[in-house]
Amino acid sequence: MSAELLADILGSLSLPAEQQRFDFDWDAVIRTARRAGLLPRLALVLRENGRLDAVPPRPGAHLEAALVLSEKHAADVRREIDNLVAALSGIVDRIVLLKGAAYLAAGLPPSRGRIFGDIDICVPRASLSVVEAMLGVFGWQPGSIHPYDDAYYRRWMHQIPPLVHRTRGSAVDVHHTIVPLTARPKVPADLLLQAARPVDANSKIAVLAPCDMVLHSATHLFNEGEFVWAFRDLHDLDLLLRHFAAEQGFWSELIERAEILDLRRPLFYLLRYTARVFRTPVPEDALRRVEAFGPPAPLRPLMDTLLERALAPNLPLARDRWSPLALALLYGRGHYLRMPVHLLVPHLIRKAVRRPDDG
Amino acid sequence: MIRVTLRTGPFVTEIGTDIPFLHSELTRLYGSGNIVAPGRFADFHVEVQRAKGLRRHIRPQAVFDFDGFQPLKPLGLRQAVPLLEWGMNWIIGGEAHQYLILHAAVVERNGRALIMPAEPGSGKSTLTAALVYRGWRLLSDELTLIRPRDGLALPLARPINLKNESIDVIHRYAPGVFMSAAAYGTAKGTVALLSAPADSVARDNEPALPRWVVFPQFSAGAPARLEKRSKAGSLLYIGDNSINLHMHGAAGFELVADLVDRCDCLEFVYGDLDEAVRVFDSLAQTA
Repeated sequence: MSAELLADILGSLSLPAEQQRFDFDWDAVIRTARRAGLLPRLALVLRENGRLDAVPPRPGAHLEAALVLSEKHAADVRREIDNLVAALSGIVDRIVLLKGAAYLAAGLPPSRGRIFGDIDICVPRASLSVVEAMLGVFGWQPGSIHPYDDAYYRRWMHQIPPLVHRTRGSAVDVHHTIVPLTARPKVPADLLLQAARPVDANSKIAVLAPCDMVLHSATHLFNEGEFVWAFRDLHDLDLLLRHFAAEQGFWSELIERAEILDLRRPLFYLLRYTARVFRTPVPEDALRRVEAFGPPAPLRPLMDTLLERALAPNLPLARDRWSPLALALLYGRGHYLRMPVHLLVPHLIRKAVRRPDDG
Repeated sequence: MIRVTLRTGPFVTEIGTDIPFLHSELTRLYGSGNIVAPGRFADFHVEVQRAKGLRRHIRPQAVFDFDGFQPLKPLGLRQAVPLLEWGMNWIIGGEAHQYLILHAAVVERNGRALIMPAEPGSGKSTLTAALVYRGWRLLSDELTLIRPRDGLALPLARPINLKNESIDVIHRYAPGVFMSAAAYGTAKGTVALLSAPADSVARDNEPALPRWVVFPQFSAGAPARLEKRSKAGSLLYIGDNSINLHMHGAAGFELVADLVDRCDCLEFVYGDLDEAVRVFDSLAQTA
């Protein structure tokens, strides 16, 4: 399967040089990397390991194009982060960046070769309206949105609707907590935010502590119902784990933190799947300890089957005829995790009944 | 699903379709210079298929798919050929950032390239078609690919997009050259694709150094007139109408500035194709 070829390249570059193989099916690799949002990362990883010249010219041209894109992207996001600081530094003590933008601000490995979408920031709930107003002054406006979705966002989700800059087109998602308010795992968001740390001494930008960053990204990956970028997100996590594992005691701390934050299940899936797909060197000991965090034994084969498909890159070449069903079931699971039934049912009914062109 | 692999300039595109007339049009529009055996690697894998569901039978539509992604709205089945061409242009513009891509036609004579930025209503495609069937080499009617390391224009030599009246005009101008069946009611009016000259296709791996940037303007009955155009204005226009300049940042700006610096920038008004071609021919004799 093409995903394995791609995972192999991405994974094997962490192995000693003599174990690297370059007789890959480049056609499948390029196509898969493109749809997975990993073409720039593949290019960068190959370049950094001095292997870009070994790529045949035709696939190589795609990697070259991806490098152009990647530099442009990173420059854009850095500039946008600066713009956000300029807009908000007067009204909040710090801006906590989440997900992709956090990787970039903190100079972490997953920031390299990544295509960024919206910038996710987290501010105290109390300052939410001031933040929204100030961003409005600096040109960020709500994207076009149906009033029901708008209410849904504000009341039940953990963010105001995404804001789009009126001339630059950049998008910001403003959160005040980490997991939706109605989620089943009751994550004390304060703990995550308290442990957030500035990227450097003078900065207004803060990012989550390493274990929290891992757990937050893992929760997003495994608890939400959308898997469009799952393969890339999983690779981001592989890179994060390898990077943080250099710290003494990281794995223990990660497991303990998962218990404190009640994010055991996402951690279980995370370690299981990064090891499977990208051969992340997770210590045996850690894998054993998180066994207990997994779903009840009878459910495991089912979850394996569903997640295997959902985590595959988003193109027909890497998926099979069961993928749509797997995705549908996980979508349902995602909703179930985020909304109690008595709210979920009316929500789904309203969504189904609304005509598509109502926005 | 019928599959065809096209090699056009630097790109190999594998095309799958379940629309028989699309396949037959393609095999006539593109010749042996372009249709190749499937290889181990294709730059892009696309499909043009009949829309599913209700649209399969009621006002049937064709859908353009790029490896599981559909960047364009479905169009009526009869518009399958332009749909494919527009789709391929969309992909090049969105993916081929190893090049600086301008929204312009580019032709070549005597080893020098002439770039025509695409102002609406300029008649650029008609002029391009006329030129390449009167001795000029076709690089592209729509996308000018500039190679950053040396500023050379790279050929695509793909079929030329003709619209409305120019379809008949070029039928008369280049009789016997294959043109796809006209597709009516597209967003651009009536559209037909004109085969690229075989010689242009045969030389589609030969880049050319740009020497002129000419802004054409068709004006019925007007005598041909060639005048200098401000380089600064030309730079701004090209930049504003580039396809991917924003990807290349400062280096891209330098590239366009070099281009405009090096080239003669001209405005060209014309009312008659033959006269226009004569003017271009004498331009090609200079410098």
